[in-house]
Amino acid sequence: MNNDIVLKVTAKIITPFIIIYAFYIQFHGESSPGGGFQAGAILASAFILHTIIFNINYTLKVLSMRFLKITASIGVLTYVFVGIIPVLYGGNFLDYSYLNSNKLLGQKIGIMVIELGVGITVFSVIMIIFFSFIMRKTNV
Amino acid sequence: MNNFLNWPTILPEYLNSILQNSLLVLVLICVAAIIFSKDLLISTILLSVFSLLMALIYLMLDAPDVAITEAAVGACISTIILLIALTYTKKTEYYAKFSLKGFIVVFSIGIALIYALYDIPEYGNINNPIHTHVTPHYIQKSGHEIGINAIAASILASYRGYDTLGETSVILTAALAVIIMLTNNKEKKK
Repeated sequence: MNNDIVLKVTAKIITPFIIIYAFYIQFHGESSPGGGFQAGAILASAFILHTIIFNINYTLKVLSMRFLKITASIGVLTYVFVGIIPVLYGGNFLDYSYLNSNKLLGQKIGIMVIELGVGITVFSVIMIIFFSFIMRKTNV
Repeated sequence: MNNFLNWPTILPEYLNSILQNSLLVLVLICVAAIIFSKDLLISTILLSVFSLLMALIYLMLDAPDVAITEAAVGACISTIILLIALTYTKKTEYYAKFSLKGFIVVFSIGIALIYALYDIPEYGNINNPIHTHVTPHYIQKSGHEIGINAIAASILASYRGYDTLGETSVILTAALAVIIMLTNNKEKKK
């Protein structure tokens, strides 16, 4: 952007609020609308705003492509591992009741962790797609 | 939640239907403008407006989860990705010549879709298939079986855990496809 000070100041002020809202949607998803997918998309929109207003090189210092590729895989692996743990305790795959002696608490923990995995994956994937498009433009 | 301002939490029925119908009319206008505008930039911005209107309609139909997704993904992220894609192409649309075969195919599919519309169950009818199969079980028993307030979250994460796992891996696959397609050229040039 052409050094527009209004845009830069607004982006700097509003980005933390978008990030906090994304975390609220993520961790409050079990008692209000929202969840991993929505939180990941909103968190990604905060970083996309930062990339558009400032330069991509500044955003790449915080989130490198290598880091994003690793986190995208970690999200899915978290989901699968949470699914496998009940199998070790004699339950079915993805049956969170076996995660704790209290069945309802086990369900809560399981849902919380897999939503976190979904959120991490969605955020990383959106950022990877966005960065791939932009880097093709700037490098070619 | 404590409604300390004493606002009506549910709109009166006539106001609700007026709002909903005017939103649907706006969606129709928006779609027509998208189809008939020659400038692709205008089409992309109107697509974002369309997503925002759809998010409002979802919110009025008591589907806040879908509304948040539509507002974040449809109105924000897909618009930005389309805008970036526009910088690689021309700004105006390419017009193909009118072909009779294509017109016949599209017109007959349109007629078939309108004919199929009569088989859709009436909106809000309690005897619809969707309200008689597994939904009563979820509404009545998910509180005892899962123990969290949001029924949508308990269906998504616990009852339908396999589906969400598949969905997440599909998203990861999309990222892999984009990495393979878009970042391979750069390494070859180096």
